[in-house]
Amino acid sequence: MDSQTQDYQEYYVPTQSYFPIVASVSLFFLAFGAGSVLTAAENTGDMGMIMLLTGFILLFFIIISWFSKVAAESRDGLYSAQMDVSFRWGMGWFISSEVMFFAAFFGALFYIRVFSVPWLAGEGDKGISNMLWEGFVNQWPLMTTPDPSLFKGPAQVVDPWHIPLLNTILLISSSLTLTLSHKALKLNNRTWTSIWLAVTVVLGAVFLYYQVLEYHEAYTELGLTLSAGIYGSTFFILTGFHGFHVTIGTIMLLCILVRVLEGEFSGKKHFAFEAVAWYWHFVDVVWVGLFIFVYIL
Amino acid sequence: MTTGTEQVVEAEIETAEAGKNESFDGAIADTDKNESTTEHHHGPAKGISRWFFTTNHKDIGSMYLWFSLTMFMVGGCMALMIRTELFQPGLQFIQPDFFNQMTTMHGLIMVFGAVMPAFVGLANWMIPMMVGAPDMALPRLNNWSFWILPFAFSIMLMTLFMEGGGPNFGWTFYAPLSTTFAPPSVTYFIFAVHMMGISSIMGAINVIVTILNMRAPGMNMMKLPLFVWTWLITAFLLILVMPVLAGVVTMMLMDIHFGTSFFSAAGGGDPVLFQHIFWFFGHPEVYIMILPAFGIVSEIIPTFARKKLFGYSSMVYATSSIAFLSFIVWAHHMFTVGLPLAGELFFMFATMLIAVPTGVKVFNWVATMFRGSMTFETPMLFALAFVVLFSIGGFSGLMLAIAPADFQYHDTYFVVAHFHYVLVPGSIFSIMAATYYWLPKWTGNYYNEKMGKIHFWLSFIGINITFFPMHFVGLAGMPRRVPDYALQFADFNAVATVGAFLFGFSQLLFIYNVVCCIRKKNQASKQVWEGAHGLEWTLPSPAPYHSFTKPPKVD
Repeated sequence: MDSQTQDYQEYYVPTQSYFPIVASVSLFFLAFGAGSVLTAAENTGDMGMIMLLTGFILLFFIIISWFSKVAAESRDGLYSAQMDVSFRWGMGWFISSEVMFFAAFFGALFYIRVFSVPWLAGEGDKGISNMLWEGFVNQWPLMTTPDPSLFKGPAQVVDPWHIPLLNTILLISSSLTLTLSHKALKLNNRTWTSIWLAVTVVLGAVFLYYQVLEYHEAYTELGLTLSAGIYGSTFFILTGFHGFHVTIGTIMLLCILVRVLEGEFSGKKHFAFEAVAWYWHFVDVVWVGLFIFVYIL
Repeated sequence: MTTGTEQVVEAEIETAEAGKNESFDGAIADTDKNESTTEHHHGPAKGISRWFFTTNHKDIGSMYLWFSLTMFMVGGCMALMIRTELFQPGLQFIQPDFFNQMTTMHGLIMVFGAVMPAFVGLANWMIPMMVGAPDMALPRLNNWSFWILPFAFSIMLMTLFMEGGGPNFGWTFYAPLSTTFAPPSVTYFIFAVHMMGISSIMGAINVIVTILNMRAPGMNMMKLPLFVWTWLITAFLLILVMPVLAGVVTMMLMDIHFGTSFFSAAGGGDPVLFQHIFWFFGHPEVYIMILPAFGIVSEIIPTFARKKLFGYSSMVYATSSIAFLSFIVWAHHMFTVGLPLAGELFFMFATMLIAVPTGVKVFNWVATMFRGSMTFETPMLFALAFVVLFSIGGFSGLMLAIAPADFQYHDTYFVVAHFHYVLVPGSIFSIMAATYYWLPKWTGNYYNEKMGKIHFWLSFIGINITFFPMHFVGLAGMPRRVPDYALQFADFNAVATVGAFLFGFSQLLFIYNVVCCIRKKNQASKQVWEGAHGLEWTLPSPAPYHSFTKPPKVD
């Protein structure tokens, strides 16, 4: 065979880089610091907090420099079409792993509702466990836990048709505005790209504001807390991790907005934009699942 | 086709010749200095920074392998402490709580620190060479995946010295042992697991992207070497289950520190929920530790039988079926926990189904050897022992899969015997086979064959003496995870301890052989093994620092 090198653009293999090792050190500080803070080990004193902070600062620094470096490499034309595909696959499978992370919590919710609570109340195959707390009744939302002296159930739960409905509308429209922005970018219309992108960021921020409001209300007025039995546990872990993802997503959108305003990306080449858009749509889909299974049903 | 098919793999490697005479530990020269002047094409950096900052798949692969060997030794010492205590009934050497910490840490270190990193190391070294790629697809991420591990395991090992001791709840960390009744160090353990999860997920993404996107022209999916195929499927398993592990340890963290009641029935949760989520991760996890081993054996047997692999495509489909089934069998670890009858039946039959694709594999290996011109070099010996001893582990697995019988076997030494048969002469032997098989390609030198064979026989005899008696004491009812036992189990336990020391110390021979192979010059040829096929054998030995900067053409 002829050497088929003519139309092959070399795959870019970066030179040595200090990002990975510093990122690992930052994770070590975060993990060890968080561990020390949570266990409140006396001999570590403030060390835990200091380590945690160091970890955050290092991580922040690394994220900024790593992404800036990648953006710079992309601008310098080091990335071939093949590299673009690598990034696409990479982001796609990263989001898949995120899906499974949420699947673990949804799975827990379904198991609790279909098996453990009914069994504790004496229904179904393993209803014999009712002997542990006789008189415990199966209901959802679980307002009275099997042992209210340990876990006091919530007084009320969040009404899905107020803030959650509003938040659903906000997030779904944000997916829509993001798509409009993407369409504008494809047509190289930078004005509308930035406008729709900015609207998306605002919608995300407003969503987060309402989410905080809802949490505040849950804690202060409804008695719905992390320790309010299994309803509170599943409610907060699902909505909490979702909210965390929305926060990350909003920050990423903001970064993309800044890059758009700086004149980066072209109608043909804008994978960073697309990756963030994929992430945002994923977060949106998770919300729809939450709205249905956590709030309504 | 995998190694050894009628399809000729022809590689045009412009880069190949330059690095031929370079030594492994010296600077392997720029293999394509004539082609390119871009800055990223030079040999390894000097000094320690080479290892901290590297983006090279071979450097990273080596680090993974050395890390894994270190952890193998650490976990092995813990195993020997366990066996020492169990040499005689009664408490002689260590206290029960420390014994529990040893069983827990031994399991965690061997699973997450020894076996998994070893396979990732092999993937790093071999996959780019096997598919004709310049490197892994995302080199910096690759280095990050590695460097998280030493930090994660530092945290994990530090817990042993913390107040209240290290994790003592078994490597499966069932709630409420790991929540309500856990030592304070469990919090550090949880974060260490999070870190390992990040490492595994990024490593898996890298493997998938490399295989899907970096194949040389003409290397279509059904031409991939089987090691690459099995790793592709393993990587999918990792991506799908490591986040679930992260989820379950997060719920533990919440239960311990933030007042939730996921695993507390008093709040409406369920400790059994922990086991469901854990084993939804845990069962695919055990296939993560065996599928790459299948791939390795499928590379080695054809080479030394000098025949192409029998049933290449059926191997691919069997691997995929095993991966699929691994997601619907998890509750066979929980038969005695009080599952509804329908659950017991479903998980029993689904588990037994796995024997079908696994049987396909074993028969394919045997058929590959049938009427082949076999020779028995060290890698082949390990591969053969793998086929035989892994099958024994598979059969005891089938016994355990029968729910009513499992009520008897559950939590006895029979289970310990079962999973050690699939993990030690299964995964570990395959890793050793792979090391001997590819060592000449990595270092450029042949290892000492005689020493390799002695290592094999000592290991083979050692592990059988260690683990076979465990079947008997297990069937007779000796429970696992106890430092003391009834007198009637004394003889078999003494035998097992002797075997464990034999196996443990014979690994020093392995290390010695590897180190000698790196240092002594016993120049290996490009081909290394007469019957070997595949792109990695078209590169010189040692393989140049950058494998294929221009993709080879595969016909």
